[in-house]
Amino acid sequence: MTQKQTFEQALERLEQIAKGLESGDASLDESLKMYEEGMKLIEFCNSKLNEAQKTIRKLTKTSSGFTTEPLDENIQD
Amino acid sequence: MDQKIYTVSALTREVKELLEMSFPRLWVEGEISNLKFHSSGHIYFTLKDESAQIACAMWRSRANQLIFRPGDGMQVLVEGELQVYERGGTYQLIVQQIQPAGVGALQMAFEQLKKKLHAEGLFDEQYKKPLPLYPEKIGIITSPTGAAIRDIVSVGSRRFPCIEIILSPVRVQGEGAAEEIVHAIKNMNEYGEVEVIILGRGGGSMEDLWAFNEESVARAIFDSEIPIVSAVGHEIDFSISDFVADRRAPTPSAAAELVVKDRAELLGVTNYYQERLNNGMKKLIREYQEKITSYSSSYAFRKPEDFIFQKIQRVDDLQKFISMSLSHLIKLKTQNLRRVKEQINALNPQAILGRGYSICSKEGEIVKSVDQLELQDIVDIKLAQGQFSSQVKSLQ
Repeated sequence: MTQKQTFEQALERLEQIAKGLESGDASLDESLKMYEEGMKLIEFCNSKLNEAQKTIRKLTKTSSGFTTEPLDENIQD
Repeated sequence: MDQKIYTVSALTREVKELLEMSFPRLWVEGEISNLKFHSSGHIYFTLKDESAQIACAMWRSRANQLIFRPGDGMQVLVEGELQVYERGGTYQLIVQQIQPAGVGALQMAFEQLKKKLHAEGLFDEQYKKPLPLYPEKIGIITSPTGAAIRDIVSVGSRRFPCIEIILSPVRVQGEGAAEEIVHAIKNMNEYGEVEVIILGRGGGSMEDLWAFNEESVARAIFDSEIPIVSAVGHEIDFSISDFVADRRAPTPSAAAELVVKDRAELLGVTNYYQERLNNGMKKLIREYQEKITSYSSSYAFRKPEDFIFQKIQRVDDLQKFISMSLSHLIKLKTQNLRRVKEQINALNPQAILGRGYSICSKEGEIVKSVDQLELQDIVDIKLAQGQFSSQVKSLQ
């Protein structure tokens, strides 16, 4: 699977962080670190949501694996 | 009149004999109309073609064995026997079995496959994989030129513009379509980067949609590691792939709505977390502030002062001790000194004289023996108080 962080993973981590902060079990230092991480995740998610529209790509199998190329047909009307 | 005159009954009986004997069990093809499922379980219908029709009856014992539900307008092959109903003066076909003809046969195959796969457990809820909540990369298996891809792309990018769509183009009908779909499902799994797959096509006749009812396609869907949403045809169309897929969507557009979350909704989710984090942090800070306040007034926090006071006291004690020790030492030394002085005193000749002794000396030399003296010698006698001279009168 893909290495880079997904929206879904970010939200899962955010849920953990929110729970961690709310429980009050962590030290102040840890809490600050979590808060900082959470804010970064939110920023990441929001930047994802503001990303430009992606094109549709066509999956092709080659001898060395898979490649994707933009679809020729203008299917977005 | 030598012509034979039949009674109605006799004529009908002869017709019955003639008909029923001339047409033993037979097959006839036609279209079902006026279909009635009687509460008794028997089925009555009319089989017709362009220019004729024949009444049909299927008794309950036979009707129960049908694996599909016949319907008006269905083209069927019917196996049965002709029977004349004397009381009504009519004849009808007593149906033993019905087989759909044309598309009807597909329908029948559909039912058969559905029954088989259901029995195998391929539709069981326990095998349904959950769809990802917020996919960013979705796979689509459909025709690159069909209505389905257009609908999915327009709905998908309207809801979440940065959604990545990977299309595995396939033929969705006709010869070889099923093989291409099976291949595409396997490729998508091998590729592995999409989080969910939409498999489907736009509406069409049952024949058009047939690839999605093929057993090979059903098994490929079942074997897929990536969750698959099946979206074949219109709302009313059900395909085998719908049953075996992890989710069914009534149309490709609906599939896109099911899979792709709305951007506004997602912004709501991130805002929700932002608020939760901020509130959590505020609460934490408040708690710490309260702790600090309570600490600063608590015994525990005053402890360092106590500690210092205790140390100061200790220093005082030590000082006292030291000074006490010093004076003690001085006293000791003084006593010592006095004793030594007394000892020294005891050795002082003056002190000896004090005890009543006297020192006799002749010409400055202390006389310790009479051998040092001659008669008439003048000696000096030193006493504790004063001194005098005397003349030796006798020597012993």
